[in-house]
Amino acid sequence: METLLQILQDLHPEVDFETEEHLIDNKILNSFDIVTIVAEIDSEFDVAIPAEHLLPKNFNSAKALYALVQKLMDE
Amino acid sequence: MQITSFRFLLFVAAVLAAYYLIPKKGQWMLLLAVSYCFYLWAGIEYLGFILLTTVSTYAATMAMAANQDKQAKFLEENKETLTREDRKASKVKLKKTNRVYLVGCLVLNFSVLAVCKALLIEPFQTAAAAGTLSFLSIGLPLGISFYMFQSMGYVVDVYRQTTPAERNPFKLALFVSFFPQLIQGPISRFGQIAPTLYAPKKFDGKQLSFGLQRMLWGYFKKLVIADRIAAAVIALRGPEHTGVAFFLLTVFYAVQIYGDFTGGIDITIGLAQTLGIELPENFIRPYFSKNIAEYWRRWHISLGEWMKDYIFYPVSVSKPLLQLSKTARKKWRSFGQRLPVYVASVATWFVTGIWHGLTPNFVLWGMLNCFFIVLSEECVGLYERFHNRFHLKEKKWYGGFEILRMFILMNLIRIVDLFPNVSDYFSRIGSLFTTFNFHILWDGTMLKLGLTELDYIILACGIVLMFVISLIQEKKGSIRALLLQQKPVLRYALIFALLVIVLLMGSYGVGYNASAFIYNAF
Repeated sequence: METLLQILQDLHPEVDFETEEHLIDNKILNSFDIVTIVAEIDSEFDVAIPAEHLLPKNFNSAKALYALVQKLMDE
Repeated sequence: MQITSFRFLLFVAAVLAAYYLIPKKGQWMLLLAVSYCFYLWAGIEYLGFILLTTVSTYAATMAMAANQDKQAKFLEENKETLTREDRKASKVKLKKTNRVYLVGCLVLNFSVLAVCKALLIEPFQTAAAAGTLSFLSIGLPLGISFYMFQSMGYVVDVYRQTTPAERNPFKLALFVSFFPQLIQGPISRFGQIAPTLYAPKKFDGKQLSFGLQRMLWGYFKKLVIADRIAAAVIALRGPEHTGVAFFLLTVFYAVQIYGDFTGGIDITIGLAQTLGIELPENFIRPYFSKNIAEYWRRWHISLGEWMKDYIFYPVSVSKPLLQLSKTARKKWRSFGQRLPVYVASVATWFVTGIWHGLTPNFVLWGMLNCFFIVLSEECVGLYERFHNRFHLKEKKWYGGFEILRMFILMNLIRIVDLFPNVSDYFSRIGSLFTTFNFHILWDGTMLKLGLTELDYIILACGIVLMFVISLIQEKKGSIRALLLQQKPVLRYALIFALLVIVLLMGSYGVGYNASAFIYNAF
């Protein structure tokens, strides 16, 4: 989780990713950010996030994103 | 049958009466029947196209669903004995098998679309060269770009298992052919419209009234504004109109396409609402955008979302691009991070461009949009330093300036639609810096563009009305909800006044058939 928070923080230092739960709904993250995050996760965790998982519900909070990464790691 | 014709209104009245009189279980079947009637009215020769998309979509999704069911059964029956690797292998096998159906269906449909569009290149360029370019004369099968993209999105969703396959072929046929959407979208997702498309509906006076009000507003935008200003747009395309005249063309075309496209969508969404069906919004007051990315989140939303989900995301998270990202980041940390996004943006805007047409101007249109999006992304740091230094964002007028700046920029990009020969476009753009013919505004030229003084007065009042309505929507939300809070006398007086304006001031052609919608041609 620490690494993921760092990735997100590097992208938007002004956002509190530990508490924010509407990153997509509140338009904090745009599609460019999402792709950048996917590339960073691929590099840091060696987990590829396929396009079908690029859904608002998976990117609305750091928690949801971490759950997705873990699910993909387990598969 | 034009949806701006009296014949169409009679057709809608008959459909509505039948829809609420027949047993509710049969409502969706009635919609399927009338959608095909509507399609046949456009030309029996186009029937094969929509049937091909429907049958191929059904066949591909059913084949994929059968494999998915088989795999789920296998996993369930052997859940005690299968290892994690076995389950993974099973999923990979499923994807591989289903990919054949997916790719086959996509290739078949998009090849047909490409051939249809390619056949239009020559007539489009000939008409443009002769100065007789009219979207009326372009004979693409009705709604093909819209229903095909909608169907192919559904095929991908079934492949990804984010949408269950529709097993009833007639229900799927309705999803593909639902007649209000055939004109110019929106490009809906199956999950978005299925819940209301097939559900039995009770008569709801409020929904009917709201739907009719929205249709009326759409007719106002289309018939009073867009079709009126169309004459001046055609006249100003002439090669003699440079400098200030060209700038006027960009503004007039912005008004025309806004009235035409958003008006058409208002009619479509309003009509669906009268039937109790909820379609996704396609516009959120796009001319109030302050930057190009925001503009594309507000204009033709359903196409933008389609491109994002099915082109931009898959390309940007593909293995080659992730590899490119890794390599690039070693050399240039920050730019390397953004590089795959930019490569995917070029691919997305190229496809968006050719979706509109296969002529070079539409490719240029896509690339110009892409260029300015990438440029503004690259300049984020520069903007921040600028604004930290000058504090302009705190000034009240600055928001208005940003909106005006974006309006002018988008007008200059959008106008390339009208110039299949891109060198004509660049020479007109050049004339903005060399020809300062402001005298055309008062020397009588404006009255030689097919518009009378009365037309200009109606247009000015209409544009002010659209602006005020948009402003109220932006600040206070739904106009119809606000109207509902007013006294019935005032409410009905306003609606009646709008109806009278549309009837008296609509720009009607021969036989009360208004111009075709611009987006019919895409």
